[in-house]
Amino acid sequence: MSQTRYPSPRGSIILTTLEGVPGQTITKHFGLVQGSTIRAKHIGRDIAAGFKNLVGGELHGYTELLQEARQEATDRMLQQAAQMGANAVVNVRFATSSVAQGAAELFAYGTAVRVD
Amino acid sequence: MELFVFLGLLALGYLAGNAVEQKHYASIKERERRTVSVPVYNMGAKQPLPEAEGAQLFVGSVVISSDYFKAFLASLSKLVGGQIFAYESLLDRGRREALLRMKEDAIRWGAKKVINVRLETATIGSRSGDSGILSIEIVAYGTGLR
Repeated sequence: MSQTRYPSPRGSIILTTLEGVPGQTITKHFGLVQGSTIRAKHIGRDIAAGFKNLVGGELHGYTELLQEARQEATDRMLQQAAQMGANAVVNVRFATSSVAQGAAELFAYGTAVRVD
Repeated sequence: MELFVFLGLLALGYLAGNAVEQKHYASIKERERRTVSVPVYNMGAKQPLPEAEGAQLFVGSVVISSDYFKAFLASLSKLVGGQIFAYESLLDRGRREALLRMKEDAIRWGAKKVINVRLETATIGSRSGDSGILSIEIVAYGTGLR
């Protein structure tokens, strides 16, 4: 089952998809922060997925692969936010795009802010 | 000979695929009933932020693929156009599964509601030269409040 760890151990930066953080006010805006990572498919996982493709259903290997990748992208975004001195990232969005055959870019972005 | 292999794969796809789908739907419906008390909704920008002690991002994702039979049905549908029923249930399952994973993760943390949820779908591609078997990733993410 999905066991993601948002936010990551790096500090205690709050992530939300809202315009702010409930119960707190934004005192400073630092602007857009982003993180991305590009992953290729794993040949071993691809073979397993090939069999799974016949019967359909969830491809657990790929679910995990993309979860790890998204975590990595989020971590990079958080790193950027931490460097600016932010303690929250609001309006977080995720995007995925395929850049080549069998490779995908996972991308996370948001607005770094300081809340009190 | 080739025809037999093809028919065999079709039968396997149909029987196993149906079994997988029914099991998945049973699980989805059961879990949806269990988590129905936690509301999930989107807010407009003009609405004030709700009161809460803690807020955190939760993400649920799933990669789901069609079976051989569905891919075959879809390729037939593509000839005449129109609705592709075979893929509708696939996407429905994936989306509900992703939402449930997000919700369950949030509930474990102690969320009373999940707001501003976004859903995203990405094709992670059929293997090159494939019969068009589709695998898609669906991500649901939102802010859990407690």
